[in-house]
Amino acid sequence: MLVTALAIASVRDLFAAVMLMGIYGLLSASFFVLMDAVDVAFTEASVGVGLVPLLMIYTLGMTRDVNREAKASPGSLALVSIAAALLFFGTLDMPAFGSADAPAHRHTAPRYLDESMTETGIPNVVTSVLASYRAYDTLGEVTVVFAAGVGVLALFFPGASSTLDAGNPSLRQYTVPRIIGKILIPPILIFALYVQFHGEYGPGGGFPAGAIFASALIMYAMLFGLQTLKRVVNHELIRVLAAAGVLLFGTVGVLGMASGGNFLDYDYLAADAKTGQHAGILLVELGVGITVASVMLLQFLAFADRKNAMENG
Amino acid sequence: MIAAIAGIVSAAALGLGSLLLLSGALGLLRFPDFYTRVHASGITDTLATGLIVAGLMPHAGWSQDLTKLILILVFIVFVSPTAVQVLVKSALHGGLVPVTRKSS
Repeated sequence: MLVTALAIASVRDLFAAVMLMGIYGLLSASFFVLMDAVDVAFTEASVGVGLVPLLMIYTLGMTRDVNREAKASPGSLALVSIAAALLFFGTLDMPAFGSADAPAHRHTAPRYLDESMTETGIPNVVTSVLASYRAYDTLGEVTVVFAAGVGVLALFFPGASSTLDAGNPSLRQYTVPRIIGKILIPPILIFALYVQFHGEYGPGGGFPAGAIFASALIMYAMLFGLQTLKRVVNHELIRVLAAAGVLLFGTVGVLGMASGGNFLDYDYLAADAKTGQHAGILLVELGVGITVASVMLLQFLAFADRKNAMENG
Repeated sequence: MIAAIAGIVSAAALGLGSLLLLSGALGLLRFPDFYTRVHASGITDTLATGLIVAGLMPHAGWSQDLTKLILILVFIVFVSPTAVQVLVKSALHGGLVPVTRKSS
């Protein structure tokens, strides 16, 4: 991974750099699998190897292909070295990586692992920690995803003019990808739903499910044309859904407060605490999945529309 | 008896799959040109990965894992050759000229 990172920084051809980023994402995902963090590996594989290089390639198509020669500046090199040294110095105080004495492994991790099944009743501890014990952090993550989508829309809002005479370029004339795509897209969508709702029992959850759902629709757009996708999927609806996911998450949290508990306390959502936890986790993951899928799709639509307008407008 | 046969078949499939993966990697390194490399690694990778997944099936037994393995096998058989086809098509579209005996 170190070699790949150095190669990304030093290579001049930006297209090669994007491909190397994909390789780096694949290495990260394998690394996560080796460390038994399958949920994270899942999300990294779908986002870091699929969607991010895709958006980067669109960006390259709109800008230039080769890195401009940057002037070596000793001042900035010194500044970065000082900042890096300070960061290293700051980590010296932290417990060693993976040490059994660390407070995280002595207090919080055993408590979550021991109490998760009795308190929440779902087997996948990763999901119970993500969606129930640390739901506040996940709310922050979903809001960040939403904010990123809003940021992209602020830069690239697809206007009415970009859709009129942009044509409908697609890969429809290439037989093999078209047929295989037609066969594969429905199972991929079903798989995304499986990952979404099965996140409690196996690896999965809202984040990878949203990414997989969006990538199936993006494949549809590439095979059959952007305008075709827009007829299938209403742009207004996607914008509303992106916000609706975050809203669902927050509402579930506030509902807990309305019945007397803390914010995001799922125990009060139903008559019995375990059912409440189950319902809360399900709804919260659903909100995450909806927002992630909508934001990914929005970003793709914004980039693709802009590129289309630049080429044909 | 059946278990012994299944064990032998599984071991043979896994071994053959690993050998094919090795040969595909060798081809990736040694062939002179993009098209020959993609052909070598793409075709052997599909068969090798399929054999490895098939070799894991007897170990899974009749369970939910078997269904997942079958689905993975079907997916790989569909997608891997398509990926090779799309790679080669886009390279041709981009103008990469294959190495021929005249040019080398």
